Amino acid sequence: MPDFNYLEKLTSQVRRDIIRMVHGAKSGHPGGSLGCAEFFVALYFEILKHDPHNFSMDGIGEDIFILSNGHITPVFYSVLARSGYFDLKELSTFRKLNSRLQGHPATYEKLPGVRMASGSLGQGLSAGIGAAQTKKLNNDPNYVYVLTGDGELEEGQIWEAAMYAVSHKVDNLIVTVDFNGQQIDGPVEDVMPLGDLKAKWEAFGWTVLEMNGHRFDEIFKTINLARENYGKGKPVIILMRTEMGKGIDFMEGTHEWHGVPPNDEEAELALSQLEETLGDY
Amino acid sequence: MLNQTGVKSDSQVLMKKYEVTGLKDTRSGFGDALLELGRENENIVALNADLTGSVKMSHFAKEFPKRFFQAGIAEANMMCVAAGMTIGGKISFVGTFANFATGRVFDQIRQSIAYSNKNVKICASHSGLTLGEDGASHQILEDIGLMKMLPNMVVINTCDYHQTYAATKAIADYHGPVYLRFGRPKVPNFSLKDDPFVIGKAVTLNEGSDVSIFATGHLVWKAIEAGLVLAEKGIRPEIINIHTIKPLDREAVLNSVAKTGCVVTAEEHQINGGLGDSIAQLLGHEMPRPLEMVAVKDKFGESGKPDELLKKFNLDSPDIVKAALNVMERK
Repeated sequence: MPDFNYLEKLTSQVRRDIIRMVHGAKSGHPGGSLGCAEFFVALYFEILKHDPHNFSMDGIGEDIFILSNGHITPVFYSVLARSGYFDLKELSTFRKLNSRLQGHPATYEKLPGVRMASGSLGQGLSAGIGAAQTKKLNNDPNYVYVLTGDGELEEGQIWEAAMYAVSHKVDNLIVTVDFNGQQIDGPVEDVMPLGDLKAKWEAFGWTVLEMNGHRFDEIFKTINLARENYGKGKPVIILMRTEMGKGIDFMEGTHEWHGVPPNDEEAELALSQLEETLGDY
Repeated sequence: MLNQTGVKSDSQVLMKKYEVTGLKDTRSGFGDALLELGRENENIVALNADLTGSVKMSHFAKEFPKRFFQAGIAEANMMCVAAGMTIGGKISFVGTFANFATGRVFDQIRQSIAYSNKNVKICASHSGLTLGEDGASHQILEDIGLMKMLPNMVVINTCDYHQTYAATKAIADYHGPVYLRFGRPKVPNFSLKDDPFVIGKAVTLNEGSDVSIFATGHLVWKAIEAGLVLAEKGIRPEIINIHTIKPLDREAVLNSVAKTGCVVTAEEHQINGGLGDSIAQLLGHEMPRPLEMVAVKDKFGESGKPDELLKKFNLDSPDIVKAALNVMERK
């Protein structure tokens, strides 16, 4: 049984990291990062079978995670550091010159924990499918996890990948959509309505699950269901309802904080709403 | 057909003789080597986007169905799936027409293959004008430029069946992204089965002292034809096959130009961004000398037979001869 109390503490600390990183860099994407904090904590501290202190690009015998909506690096780097991929102190270099912590995930500077560059949207799902197919070829029974944004589903390549994964029966892949309903220009509903997403994915032949991305019990239950999909010959996708900016009252539920860092006052106000549980970096 | 016996002057051979062992398509060299690679190495996987037969990957697909992946007409996804497959040790060979293998998916290659430094081999058939009758929509003449601009990317353009076979084998042993460009028509095969292929190492086909002719791809044979004509005029052409455009064999280029003092480049590509550009850049920095480029002059192609197109767009052997005579005048 996971220690929910500890996971909540971690989540608060990760949210503090996010605010401090984007404030420190005076640049970055706090909104989507805050909204995915529980998901990343659940993934990196409970779900993934991985070896943070001995990162290998090939990830043989491990689960693999690929971040397709690459702009939410603050939350990604925070959990990578806090789970042991690299020193916590390195978080202070985020988006600065000569850092391994690039604005968007990259392998070029060899940051442990990153296996694919992303940022240009719509590509990570395809890469995850490829990694999952290689696991099958290698008789490696572990999973590949992919996170995409909801606005990202507007990219045509997503639907190419949707067809391919069904055609090739990729059932060792667990895709999650951060369904926060917001993108840079405004609500997804206004920018490019996605319609009935569940029906769309089902029509493509996927098993579709849904969960609240801010509740650990739902995250564990749903991911377990998704894992049981292995061997059934169908890919699975989880529509994860989240709130952009979650945890900080003035950032919640709006696209305004998609890619805007808080100023000094705003950062102070934001941090006053998040308990420092495990020590700032 | 030109006289291939070589031309003698003062009992010295000015132009080496090359024997044509038959007309074969470069794409078959790729397909046959891929099949062989499949047999040698179980980490070889192959992907294609509904052009498996045209790109000559059918033999691999038939013999290794579990390692062959049909992507449908969806190249963007295919490129990134190929990149993902390398996580875990596979070597991905992706095949489609050169246009769909580069221009259509430039951003996928840039981010997921080149920037991510994945062990993907982009194997592109039907490149250039010699695709023929399908016309300009399919005749990509910008692919070398697009690919050579990407950091981490190796760019290779082979000249005949045997060289394409050898190159395909060689890139499997190299770890990192590669763009391998070949074509559709049957062309003279003159390379030998056992000729070595070293990535980044140019092949000197004829040693000379009057003019350096650097050619790549299908135009290597045209350069050999041109060399015979030049030799008849008493000129000693140095002919070098630059099969690897990136990394360019700087030493081979500079050594040759130091000797001859003038340069012709020949390629089935736009004048912007191709082999000529790379050589002009190197010489501009290191050894400025008169240079003429045989390439497509900032135009789109059109329908026609491969040989008709090479003539119309001034990429034929007489065009190389003319360029050589012009550039020697400028010395």
